[in-house]
Amino acid sequence: MPRLSTVEELTEFRQELVATREANRPCVAICAGAGCLASGASEVIAAFKAELAAQGLEAEIDTRGTGCPGFCERGPVVVLHPEGICYLQVKPDDVPEIVAQSLKGSKVVERLLYADPATGERAIHESDIPFYQHQERTLLSSNILIDSRSIDDYLAIGGYTALVKALFEMGPEAVLEEVKQSTLRGRGGAGFPAGRKWEGSRNAPDTPRYVLVNADEGDPGAFMDRALLEGNPHAVLEGLMIGGFTIGAQEGYIYVRQEYPLAVKNVLHAITQAEAYGLLGQDILGSGFDFTIKVHKGAGAFVCGESTALMTALEGRVGEPRPKYVRSNIKGLWGKPTVLNNVETWANVPHIVNRGADWFTRTGTEHSKGTKIFSLVGKIRNTGLVEVPMGMPLQDIIYDIGGGIPGGKKFKAVQTGGPSGGCLPEEMLHLEVGFDELTAAGSMMGSGGMIVMDEDNCMVDVARYFINFLTEESCGKCLPCREGLRQMHRILTRICEGNGRAGDIDTLEELSEVLTEASLCGLGQSAANPFISTLRYFRAEYEAHIEQKRCPALACKGLISYWIDPEKCKACLICMKRCPSQGIEGGKKQIHVIDQEKCDRCGVCFEVCPEKFSAVVKLSGEPVPESLPMAERTLVRGSGK
Amino acid sequence: METVKNFDHVDQIIDAHQGEASSLIQIMLDIQAENHWLPQEALARISKRLAVPLTRVQHIATFYKAFSLVPKGRHQIHVCMGTACHVRGAPRVLDTVEDLTGIQPGETDADLKFSLETVNCLGCCALGPVIEIDGKTHGNVTTARTEDVLKSYK
Repeated sequence: MPRLSTVEELTEFRQELVATREANRPCVAICAGAGCLASGASEVIAAFKAELAAQGLEAEIDTRGTGCPGFCERGPVVVLHPEGICYLQVKPDDVPEIVAQSLKGSKVVERLLYADPATGERAIHESDIPFYQHQERTLLSSNILIDSRSIDDYLAIGGYTALVKALFEMGPEAVLEEVKQSTLRGRGGAGFPAGRKWEGSRNAPDTPRYVLVNADEGDPGAFMDRALLEGNPHAVLEGLMIGGFTIGAQEGYIYVRQEYPLAVKNVLHAITQAEAYGLLGQDILGSGFDFTIKVHKGAGAFVCGESTALMTALEGRVGEPRPKYVRSNIKGLWGKPTVLNNVETWANVPHIVNRGADWFTRTGTEHSKGTKIFSLVGKIRNTGLVEVPMGMPLQDIIYDIGGGIPGGKKFKAVQTGGPSGGCLPEEMLHLEVGFDELTAAGSMMGSGGMIVMDEDNCMVDVARYFINFLTEESCGKCLPCREGLRQMHRILTRICEGNGRAGDIDTLEELSEVLTEASLCGLGQSAANPFISTLRYFRAEYEAHIEQKRCPALACKGLISYWIDPEKCKACLICMKRCPSQGIEGGKKQIHVIDQEKCDRCGVCFEVCPEKFSAVVKLSGEPVPESLPMAERTLVRGSGK
Repeated sequence: METVKNFDHVDQIIDAHQGEASSLIQIMLDIQAENHWLPQEALARISKRLAVPLTRVQHIATFYKAFSLVPKGRHQIHVCMGTACHVRGAPRVLDTVEDLTGIQPGETDADLKFSLETVNCLGCCALGPVIEIDGKTHGNVTTARTEDVLKSYK
């Protein structure tokens, strides 16, 4: 392992690395991100290693666990280099066939390729899959090129060249100018211009200064930062070091949630490697710049993603926000100037330094430049991480990349911005994604969660879900947030349970106003958004719940009943056996009937009823039809019933 | 560290963090990870060694989700309640887990077999609804499948 003390040594080392690596050396790249690991990627990696060894190929073909390529829906994802053949949903049992056909031979295993859902046409290469075709992957593209735990891999693809350029060619003023010119806006939520934040800290007289990475990615349904930190931790470290150099900080912290154990592990490993190489520590590459990075694990509190709460937590105290009379870039961690940006923002920095602000501003809308990673999840065919240029219309993301809604269902809403964001309806799908565009529509960019909902999702229930989430996560320090959310949650719950009253909507609106105006921190100030946006676009659903005691989406447990259509029931016994409440009467050749008294509306019968029968139906706002008298329940086969 | 009469483990963890008060949360996380819960004696020990008031240690232990002040069962169930899981039916999965185990989130059953917790997002949104048991993720669990998953744990 080299300790690099000058730029020349680094350049030489990089050249050696590149020279010893054959560009066309075969390699099996298997996604080792958390999503694919959950689908069994480690077994697949082990199977490849074993099979290659058994075939005596381990000296010729590398096996690499990479970062997340984004197509989590079809994980584990395996890509064979240099051909770029992409296999999806690979099981350990498939491995011998892949090795025999594609690695020893030159055939493709058809059945593991991506198949177009409409035409059935197979796509051999990753780049042929529509999910990837419409993306612009600046940040995520490196994820699949490198082993997430290898600094050599990162160096070989040009890693730490931006740091060298900043340290030796540009100097702090020029870097700051470049970042300001790029108009890079923070990817964590509010979209504050990073350059201006940095400048404030740089000009603050107080020392020492600090740079922090916010990797407390608490928005449910969002995992962009996890994928970056797991897959390419050095890119984040490099960005952070450049930031530290620019504002004159010598210490950096990464605040990462402990729910992401792999991210913690990989970033700690990356720091150790960078230290060993002399890229972190004293007098980095002989530049005179000293810099260290520490990792702080978050103990599970959503509010700690808020800047002042995060800093309080870093100081070893309970993560409660504090008032921002003075911005934290002037008085932050331990009262000193502190720049806090999120993972994705930092990961953009090396690209801006290397390629320049002009390159960066070529992509995007007028006020939102560059690309943005979204986690496209929920009721969508191609779930996963997508990186697109700012300004791409929502419908292109959802339909062209996401492949639309599965199961022939109808699109209802897309929720962006995490718990502080909002739900946008179909008529807003033309909207171009950007910070200001989303805010104007009543939602927000947030960190990039994009949750698609279909006709089966109830918007009142979604509002209740987020308000419940925020009620639990409110730190309780200020009253409007603590009590306001609790009351909102009570009212929304009662509406969902069918006990909504006239005037409830007005009360909720009033509470929302107080929350927004009077809360101490961003959590409370934006907490009413899920309610406000769903009311704005889906008022009729609220009214149906309150006035007709009906849930139009057939989702709210308190407002629905399950009923078996006697015309369709084939007395197959499946639902009867699975019902946890023993609430279904019937027998062989005897039409099944749900005992409404016993039914606790768990929905198991609805799930297990074979699709070809679809006899179990959900009803809301109407009485359950009288059940057939015992005498008429006998099923007459072939009668058309 | 069953009864925590000996503080070796706690002390080792504190020493690994150079006994710094600013590492309080990190120390508590490490103890939680090793012991699965924080006995009162351990909190008192931390308070003494770091010279931090016990009230602050308690405040932290009750504020953050990662900490538990009661013993945990052999198998720890985490039901993901993230948005993506929610829209795909996580509430019904949670209901089923509660029915099958007889415990609510935050509780441990009488045989110390299962502990149940909800988490806000495990980041495996593509696989929702997700439950994680002892660190192993089970994806696409329907209410009907939940029972089969739980049965595989003894």
